[in-house]
Amino acid sequence: MDLRDTPAEAAFRAELRAWIEENLTDEVRRGRFEEAGRDWSRKLYEGGYAGLTWPKEYGGAGAPYSHQAIFLEEMARAEAPSHLGVIGLGMAGPTIIAHGTEEQKQARLDAILSTEEIWCQGFSEPGAGSDLAAVRTSAIEDGDHFVVNGQKVWSSFAHIADWCILVTRSDPDSQSHAGLTYLIVNMHSPGVEVRPLRQITGEAEFNEIFFTDVKVPVENVLGEVGGGWAVAMTTLLHERGTLGFALTAALEAQIRKLIALAKERGATDVQRDAIAREWIGLQAVRYTTYRSLTTLIKTGIPGPEGSGAKLWWSEANQRVTKLALELLGPEAQVIGDNGYWQHQQLRSRGNTIEAGTSEILRNIIAERVLGLPRSR
Amino acid sequence: MDFAFTQEQEELRREARAFLEANPEAPLSELRELGWLGVSVPEERGGGGLSFLDEAILFEEAGRALYSGPFLTTAVVLPALPEVDEQAWSIEVDGFVPDLLHVDRVLTEEMRSVPAEGETLATMDETRPLGRLTSSDGEALDGEWEPVRLRLLAALALEAVGIAQRALELGIAYVSEREQFGKKIGTYQAVAHPLADTYVETELARSLAYWAAFSVAEDEEQAPVAVPAAKAFCAETAVAACERSIQVHGGIGFTWEHPLHRYYKRAQWLDAFGGHAAVQRAVVAAALLD
Ligand SMILES: Cc1cc2nc3c(=O)[nH]c(=O)nc-3n(C[C@H](O)[C@H](O)[C@H](O)COP(=O)(O)OP(=O)(O)OC[C@H]3O[C@@H](n4cnc5c(N)ncnc54)[C@H](O)[C@@H]3O)c2cc1C
Repeated sequence: MDLRDTPAEAAFRAELRAWIEENLTDEVRRGRFEEAGRDWSRKLYEGGYAGLTWPKEYGGAGAPYSHQAIFLEEMARAEAPSHLGVIGLGMAGPTIIAHGTEEQKQARLDAILSTEEIWCQGFSEPGAGSDLAAVRTSAIEDGDHFVVNGQKVWSSFAHIADWCILVTRSDPDSQSHAGLTYLIVNMHSPGVEVRPLRQITGEAEFNEIFFTDVKVPVENVLGEVGGGWAVAMTTLLHERGTLGFALTAALEAQIRKLIALAKERGATDVQRDAIAREWIGLQAVRYTTYRSLTTLIKTGIPGPEGSGAKLWWSEANQRVTKLALELLGPEAQVIGDNGYWQHQQLRSRGNTIEAGTSEILRNIIAERVLGLPRSR
Repeated sequence: MDFAFTQEQEELRREARAFLEANPEAPLSELRELGWLGVSVPEERGGGGLSFLDEAILFEEAGRALYSGPFLTTAVVLPALPEVDEQAWSIEVDGFVPDLLHVDRVLTEEMRSVPAEGETLATMDETRPLGRLTSSDGEALDGEWEPVRLRLLAALALEAVGIAQRALELGIAYVSEREQFGKKIGTYQAVAHPLADTYVETELARSLAYWAAFSVAEDEEQAPVAVPAAKAFCAETAVAACERSIQVHGGIGFTWEHPLHRYYKRAQWLDAFGGHAAVQRAVVAAALLD
């Protein structure tokens, strides 16, 4: 056991810090995500920092996961915005790497890293949320293409997306996990309509997507026709941040800001206790993620200890953002400056719903990790 | 970055677990024969020449087995002595001495070696009674109290992880067998979810305890923060793990006969000794905010 950087890791960290110093301006740091994010993402790509762990032949750096962890740590420390292609980078890309054909990889992966193409995720439907296997959006094979009809909902970034990872039912007589097909769909195809949904925060980050007789070429099936469930599971594994680095980095950035706020405004003993509690929790998630990573490197599979990272993080982020409002005192209601904490606090309520609700994650831990008798 | 124990260390864990399962009440002398005392003391001072990380495994396993001899205190004191001796040691913190009756000598916060004489108090955790020294006169030892204190708190955190793990295992086993309303009670989410929370917290606690152990072993700069952080989180995790486990056991969990209450009392002992979680967090808060 050695929790310090290896010489190679230390060298990577130093190089990265120098790069950030040179490239990250205050403008980018403070800018609105959708505008400033694109330039910043492009810079990351040109610097070779987008898709660090992706294979070199598809535009990645082929670096070990430990470098990805260091990258995210340093980005959090520098308060840098994340790469704009959250869904492409975190979900669509890894799923294409795992299940895609060579043509699909060549065609899509590099454009994800460069943010030339933005992705969205079309999984949830009005009648299929936690129970993803209940999706009804249909994809009927007709010669060299599928005809897609149906409705998706809560789809983040769909309003700016070029592509969508879509879970459909290709066998109308099938039920549940069988008969699903996973498609990659061009959002600019005729018959695709996106309607933004206003959220609790007032902004519209997620959307409804309507598909009316949309033609999707058969080359755009990811994995097997009828084998969509397994492909979707790969996406969800990545979405839930199996390795937890991104979650740790997000929480680290948040707690840094919280500490700065407490220093500026002062904190009661009760608030000091709560801040210490959250900082300790952050270290716990960080080192659990490292432990899980070591298991991954040694055995090829991430250890089960990481399965609680998303669950813990989401609830911690809710506590942290509320604590920040409390530190602001009665002023918490006033949206001064850029309303950072007010926005973060409201946004955090989504954390225990998106990417698997906390209840569903507890079910999964109970049944798959602890081996408790199944409830269904 | 390598966050795993070595194969030798994993082997030590297996041996320790098997031994303690078979001999949960083994006298300290038997543990000494196994080489479990002075593990992290250099060989030239009569120790095992290994690291605090090796000792860490033993503290965790002793917790899991609810071992009740003065192993933890003796192991924590030995590195502070000029040479490993054959005595059983305890340690005085805030005026309290664990296992006073079962040890030969006591190390005080003033770094004095004092004969183990005094009164033993009735303690909630009967397996590890606290005592008070009659006198704190004794020989002065060279060296500082701070490293002893950090070793002690880290050891308590590690023991707490073992307690939490065992409480979880007992809960899982019970809800997987017990039936009510014609179903295994583990199928009810109100029963299963608290155990899922215990699992998540126990894994987080484990990571903190190992981080603290590593910081102590390598004398890292962050040790004075990592150790109280781990002590706070691990002790609270152990207490909550026992409480949830008692709850999912129903009436049987509330009996004297069932082992859970002893784990529960040990968990609370661990939280109290050396300062409750809130006291530890105040140290962390000062490092972050002042
Ligand atoms: C900010 C945000 C962004 C999102 N982005 C996307 C996206 O980009 N693409 C996408 O496809 N989806 C997205 N979603 C949708 C998200 O995946 C779903 O909201 C989520 O899976 C829950 O589904 P639901 O909303 O239908 O709620 P339901 O499944 O109806 O759940 C309602 C409540 O019932 C509980 N519940 C349901 N089943 C069980 C059970 N078996 N046991 C215990 N409790 C249960 C849930 O935990 C929840 O509390 C997003 C959601 C949010 C909040």
